[in-house]
Amino acid sequence: MGLHTVTFKNKPCIISTGTIAGPKEVQGIIGKYVDMALQDDTFGEDTYEKAECKMLSYAINRAIENSKFKRADIDLMVSGDLLNQIISASFAARDFDFPFVGVYGACSTMSEAFALSAALIDAGYFKRIVAATGSHFSSAERQYRYPLEQGTTRPPQSQWTVTAAGGAVIADKGSNIHITSATFGKVVDFGVTDVNNMGAAMAPAACSTILRHLQERKIEPEYYDLIVTGDLGALGSRIVKDLTWEKGVDISANHIDCGEIIYKVIEDEFQGGSGAGCSAVVFNSYLHNELKSGKLKKILLVATGALLSTVSSGQGESIPCIAHAVSIERE
Amino acid sequence: MTGKHKENFNQNYLNYVNSFDPPTKHFKNCFRAFMVGGLICCIGQFLRYMLERLFGLSGDVLAGTVSIFLIFLGTFLTGLGVYDRIGRNAGAGSIVPITGFANSVASPAMEFKTEGFIYGLAAKMFIVAGPIIVYGVLVGATTGIVYYILGLFGVV
Repeated sequence: MGLHTVTFKNKPCIISTGTIAGPKEVQGIIGKYVDMALQDDTFGEDTYEKAECKMLSYAINRAIENSKFKRADIDLMVSGDLLNQIISASFAARDFDFPFVGVYGACSTMSEAFALSAALIDAGYFKRIVAATGSHFSSAERQYRYPLEQGTTRPPQSQWTVTAAGGAVIADKGSNIHITSATFGKVVDFGVTDVNNMGAAMAPAACSTILRHLQERKIEPEYYDLIVTGDLGALGSRIVKDLTWEKGVDISANHIDCGEIIYKVIEDEFQGGSGAGCSAVVFNSYLHNELKSGKLKKILLVATGALLSTVSSGQGESIPCIAHAVSIERE
Repeated sequence: MTGKHKENFNQNYLNYVNSFDPPTKHFKNCFRAFMVGGLICCIGQFLRYMLERLFGLSGDVLAGTVSIFLIFLGTFLTGLGVYDRIGRNAGAGSIVPITGFANSVASPAMEFKTEGFIYGLAAKMFIVAGPIIVYGVLVGATTGIVYYILGLFGVV
């Protein structure tokens, strides 16, 4: 095997998942599959940050409940989110009595958490790990863009941060859905500076990881039923297909993007959804369900993240991006 | 690679990405901005006539009172959560008039209230409007000085 792809010999299993999504998100494809559909995106809290934290807590609790394990059986929590100093994840971890590893990969956090959890279990250090992440439109908007009530127009390349959280319990044995390998991403920067065009910034990172993964595992794209990118949106999806095509790999037949499919009606979302919660909720609800029912057998989850901050973009820096890939296979 | 090494960036890629830029609908945007901006101006003019007729105001007092009414209207609609919806469609039509300025002050104030009344609401209130005030005052002062100097030479 190659340098950057890890194959898990002991095949860690995804036991169960827990998901929660906001009112706008549940109107789309994931609506039928989420564990809880919120009517009110504040989740009964007085700030959006608290709501995001509570949603993440809910997803973790629900994943544990669905796994039939007790909370005391869980050895570790691997989680992160988009807010500064990953406050949602660390504040959610207050409520749990197991150790916490905070990770940050922007919107790629879900696959990063899966890859690290699977590696820790495969090596035999831990038996049961919960991996989760989430995001909230209103808290992300306030951190990265303008106040909510300000009357500005959104450019057509922009995406809409998904209000959702999702988590999964991963264990050494106990289900037929396995994490079989992971490819850690390189930070790729093609020089895109437009913070409203994340899809174009992130597509080269996704392309780099997908190509390395296929090359190092010596497989064709057809090996997978689906190659699922995180939140490239409609434009980014088109670009990633073009970029891989240029390198002689055709993923157009089995590529989908969580951001592109999550919203049913495009009004203000333009290119689709984004945010850490996007791939987290789509994978842990809809795709996990398809794996469980056997409709899908092999998935490559490639969540992509834009590693910028408001300071870096203010200083005119371009947007470095990353994508981590995990292959999830049913046996 | 940092911003200092921009020559290393993939210019071909950037050109390729730009080729996807959807064409801006200038006519539609301008029409909407004109209609909404015009409507706000008409409301202002209506208020002006009414205040003049009913209260006999005139001059600076009249102009100031109309502005106060419009600022109240902008802030009120922001509070109701309506102004951002107008702005999403009208663009500059609702940003440029004084109601837009009121919106840019009221919206961060609402947003950051959760971080307290001093360091949240009051400190962040001018996060959007601050630059407008700073450069507005700067340009005003510069123009005044230029006008004064030109006056000394008898040009104006």
